[in-house]
Amino acid sequence: MRAVIAAVLIFAGVLVMLIAGLGVLRMPDTLTRSSAATKGTGLGAGMILLGVGIAIGTPNAVVKVGLAIALQIASAPLAGHLIGRAAYRSGAPLWGGTVLDDYRRFYPYERQRMAWRREAGRGGPFDDRNEGSP
Amino acid sequence: MTSTLLDGPVIDLALLGLAVAFLLGMLRGVLGPTTADRAIAADVCFFAVVSSFALLALRSGSEAFLDVVLVASLLGFLATVALAALVTARTS
Repeated sequence: MRAVIAAVLIFAGVLVMLIAGLGVLRMPDTLTRSSAATKGTGLGAGMILLGVGIAIGTPNAVVKVGLAIALQIASAPLAGHLIGRAAYRSGAPLWGGTVLDDYRRFYPYERQRMAWRREAGRGGPFDDRNEGSP
Repeated sequence: MTSTLLDGPVIDLALLGLAVAFLLGMLRGVLGPTTADRAIAADVCFFAVVSSFALLALRSGSEAFLDVVLVASLLGFLATVALAALVTARTS
């Protein structure tokens, strides 16, 4: 019985991962691809990990798998948000059928703020234009 | 680990599905027009690999692979954050 539940969870997770891969390949737009990747990998990997934890069943394994799933649930939305924001800021083209773009209102302000940061010599974590300054 | 349902070939089938997902993500990484697309594709490939590590823990019966899964999911988040910062810094 436990093995059946585990097998169902694992194969459902693999199916979701496949759908995520397909979405990343086929979606028309960077942001929609990011959406497919974030939800697909979060749910798919979470289900596979849960299935493995149920199948192995020792307390050690259950604790490790539970920690990994909690970490994933906490970090996947953050990672998706960061990548999406970076993509928008770097000028990734939106899909032609996009109907809602709320970030556009704030974008001039963001651009200005980034320009000020550049003038102050703090263009970002990988800004090496003036090394040595704090 | 004595379950007959989850031995050998069944897990191999699941691993094959994850390999296909990895290849789809890799194809997007090759095609991807922007750096952010490649970062997303790398994320998908990374989680396919992490999931396959979990399945390998089940297949080989050694729980050491679960430690790998735990550390890798933490490092994957950090890698994604670093890639996002890099994408932002490249364009400013």
